[in-house]
Amino acid sequence: MQIRHSLILTGVAAVGAGAASPALAETLDLTVTIPRMSVAEYHSPYVAIWLEKEGAAPRTLSVWYDIDKPKNGGTKWLRDIRLWWRASGRTLQFPADGISGATRAPGTHKLSLPAGKLGNGAYTLVVEAARESGGRETVRLPVTVSGGKGSAKAAGTAELGAVALTVKP
Amino acid sequence: MTKIRTSLLVAAAVATLAIPTLASAARMWMLPSETMFAGNGDEWATVDFAISSDLFYFDHPAQPFEPVLFAPDGTQAQVENKAKGRLRTTFDVHLTQKGTYKVAVLTNAVFGSYMLNGEEKRLPRGVTAETLAQAIPAGATDVKTSETNGRVETFLTAGVPTDTVFKPTGKGLEMVPLTHPNDLVSGEAATFQFLLDGKPAANLPVAVIAGGVRYSGALKEISAKTGADGKVTVTLPDSGMYWLNVTTAPPRPAPAAEGAPKGPPPPRPARIDNYVATLEVLGA
Repeated sequence: MQIRHSLILTGVAAVGAGAASPALAETLDLTVTIPRMSVAEYHSPYVAIWLEKEGAAPRTLSVWYDIDKPKNGGTKWLRDIRLWWRASGRTLQFPADGISGATRAPGTHKLSLPAGKLGNGAYTLVVEAARESGGRETVRLPVTVSGGKGSAKAAGTAELGAVALTVKP
Repeated sequence: MTKIRTSLLVAAAVATLAIPTLASAARMWMLPSETMFAGNGDEWATVDFAISSDLFYFDHPAQPFEPVLFAPDGTQAQVENKAKGRLRTTFDVHLTQKGTYKVAVLTNAVFGSYMLNGEEKRLPRGVTAETLAQAIPAGATDVKTSETNGRVETFLTAGVPTDTVFKPTGKGLEMVPLTHPNDLVSGEAATFQFLLDGKPAANLPVAVIAGGVRYSGALKEISAKTGADGKVTVTLPDSGMYWLNVTTAPPRPAPAAEGAPKGPPPPRPARIDNYVATLEVLGA
């Protein structure tokens, strides 16, 4: 009974927010560049993408890992995406619907991630890459969302290249 | 000649005492291969246990210590593949449960002397509180003893950190973390509470030393004191393995000035408690 009650309340809140802004949810259009490397041993990095807002639990949007390993074996190394693991990863179950994805080769990747209703405010999108037999790097993109819109750019120096974010209603 | 022999004997005795006290240059520690695990029910850590001058390098003879493994569900589990080499004791921990494990090595040693037939005798090495009664012969008088308790710990977490293993036993010097030891971040303050026989251990010196001094050159020791509530807050500046030590041992007296008469060594307290933890700080 209580669960139904809170569901109804959430519904009301969503309708209320919808009245102020026509969109009920934002989409994060993201480009992430995995740099090409000339190294003796190369494995595509594990990557986690998550959204932080002060006072709220960090929200994992996408995680790239070896999803095809038998017995879910790729999940063992998820903790190497160290900041994300502490912020959010260790509380999740993998594979996770809409979050788990295969690792990606060097190049620029375009993603369109549903972010739910964000609301106005300051957010930080974080991309962290950890490469087997390689390094680890985090790129943070602070972004102010206003009226369902916002954008930010940043770039890594080793394990990540340019990262660009556009928030759209 | 006699004089030299006597002072050599004294030096040897001091060295023997120094090993378990931890307050001396030789430090006791555990070093886990890693501390943060995915929690898939079948992961392994390997842990070294050693005594050394510098952290974390093997340069003293290994001692036959018995590690105790506390599992997240509150039970005691067995370590595996335990072996003693010349310079270290090593063992494996099989992480089959989710949550935080604690590995502890507890030491106890009693030092002392007694008079028998007009001669002063020292207690032999290896006497513990349990075996003390048998170590003192009938007819001994002027029995003087000093007990040293050591607790050396490290922590491993599979998945989300849990707190079950931090329940204090009320015996000796123990740590109750307010900041989880497997949730430490460089540059962020971490708070730990220390209890002596279950009560806040106030005003005790806390030393925190980062591993790797052999290559960094600088010790960069962090010194602090526990408050009236037994709590201490430290900020660990960088990623890496840290050695934390709290002791009830009195500070060693400053060396006598050149030419000044050497006073007698301060009396050894009846009991000394030492706590050591190895903490891994993962970077920001």
